[in-house]
Amino acid sequence: MRKICLVLVGIYINMLGAFAQAVDSLPYKNRKLKVEEINFVSSYYHQEGNNSAVTGGIGTEKLSDYSNTFDVKLVKYDKLNRKRNLDIYVGVDYYTSASSDKIDLQANSSASCEDLRVYPNVSWSIENEEKGTTVGTNISSSIESDYLSFGFSGNFSKKTADKNGEFGIKGQVYLDRVKLVLPIELRDGTRDFHDYDKTPRNTFGATLSYSQIINQRLQMMMMIDVAYQKGFLGLPFHRVYFMDSTLKAEMLPSTRFKLPVSLRANYFLGNKILLRSFYRFYKDDWGLKAHTMELEIPVKITPFFSFSPFYRFYTQQGIDYFSPYRSHALTDRFFSSNYDLSSFDSHFFGAGLKIDPPRGILGNKHWTMIELRYGHYKRSNTLSSDIVSMNLKFK
Amino acid sequence: MKLKQYISFVVISIVMHSCTTVKPYQKTRLNDSEMELSIRKIQKAEASFQSYREGAAGANGGKAGGGCGCN
Repeated sequence: MRKICLVLVGIYINMLGAFAQAVDSLPYKNRKLKVEEINFVSSYYHQEGNNSAVTGGIGTEKLSDYSNTFDVKLVKYDKLNRKRNLDIYVGVDYYTSASSDKIDLQANSSASCEDLRVYPNVSWSIENEEKGTTVGTNISSSIESDYLSFGFSGNFSKKTADKNGEFGIKGQVYLDRVKLVLPIELRDGTRDFHDYDKTPRNTFGATLSYSQIINQRLQMMMMIDVAYQKGFLGLPFHRVYFMDSTLKAEMLPSTRFKLPVSLRANYFLGNKILLRSFYRFYKDDWGLKAHTMELEIPVKITPFFSFSPFYRFYTQQGIDYFSPYRSHALTDRFFSSNYDLSSFDSHFFGAGLKIDPPRGILGNKHWTMIELRYGHYKRSNTLSSDIVSMNLKFK
Repeated sequence: MKLKQYISFVVISIVMHSCTTVKPYQKTRLNDSEMELSIRKIQKAEASFQSYREGAAGANGGKAGGGCGCN
């Protein structure tokens, strides 16, 4: 009997040993939930122009936007050594717009001369580093006085066997509602701002991407987006003046199919210079066709300080339904005088500075990076703008 | 096949054919934060104003439409 007991105890200890060995063979990962990084991004944008859609393609487009975003990324490894990521993001934009102020034609007096946009976003993903797979989901919202949006998405990605390539697929849905605030001349009665009807604008999209490491210095990514929109796709307070001076609110088709395709390639030239390049071709069924080309050249002055000049060229062939002020015929089924949808070229150029010392900014080891960036935007149809941004990163 | 499509096909074929397997310890340069194959956080406000001021959007890691009162 004693022998049997000893044998059973021996087998049990062996089994415990075998399991202990299996667990020990996995690399150790800290399983506590930890903050991986916190990013605070602040931007100031200002534009000037003379083709406001609110006043029918003429008039000031002066607009200023102050944007602040706060982004916290949390990470935790589970018992199977899978990496769980939780990203909580909140953005707040405050903007003043001289053209929106003209919805009521009483400058500096209407509710629309300034607005606030709040856009929270929560992403969750689980990454199996051994298998090279990631599965994730995201919910988002955007709230403005005349626009409400709820977004949902799901994504999956899988690395190739040698971990040098990655295929990704993503599906997303935005369920939006536009408040039908018409220009004052087209309103019936004296309804309060809060009484206006809301109408849906829904977007269904899918993204396919493939990234590939070409060699020790070059990596590329190809991305295809497909988006289908349905609902009220214009903006109700955009005025359109016809040839005979008749005034109507912008009218655009109730569906739109978009197909942008892009290629991104980053190359490390020598030890101090990088080339970040981007090209995108875009086409939709409203007749809009566009090309975007971008080149940024980060130069590492020291390993922890870089200077990055950039240039972006964009050209678009406008939609079929665009005409300038008093050029539309009354027989037109769809009409818009929104110059954002007209034919034009644009140039965007500027530079960025990035400092990320190993001992932290000002000796604070938790404040790991500061980045500043300025850009000037010039469009061939009078609009120009400037944007300055700052990113602070903490770990 | 149009000439432009043919050239694109040849260039992509040459690039893809020249792929070499890069081991994790050889990825020092590829792991540099500037080598990220996406727009950086500091560029998001720029991408946002461009999606309002231009007719094209998407295929850049952002949205192709919806989610805001933009085009």
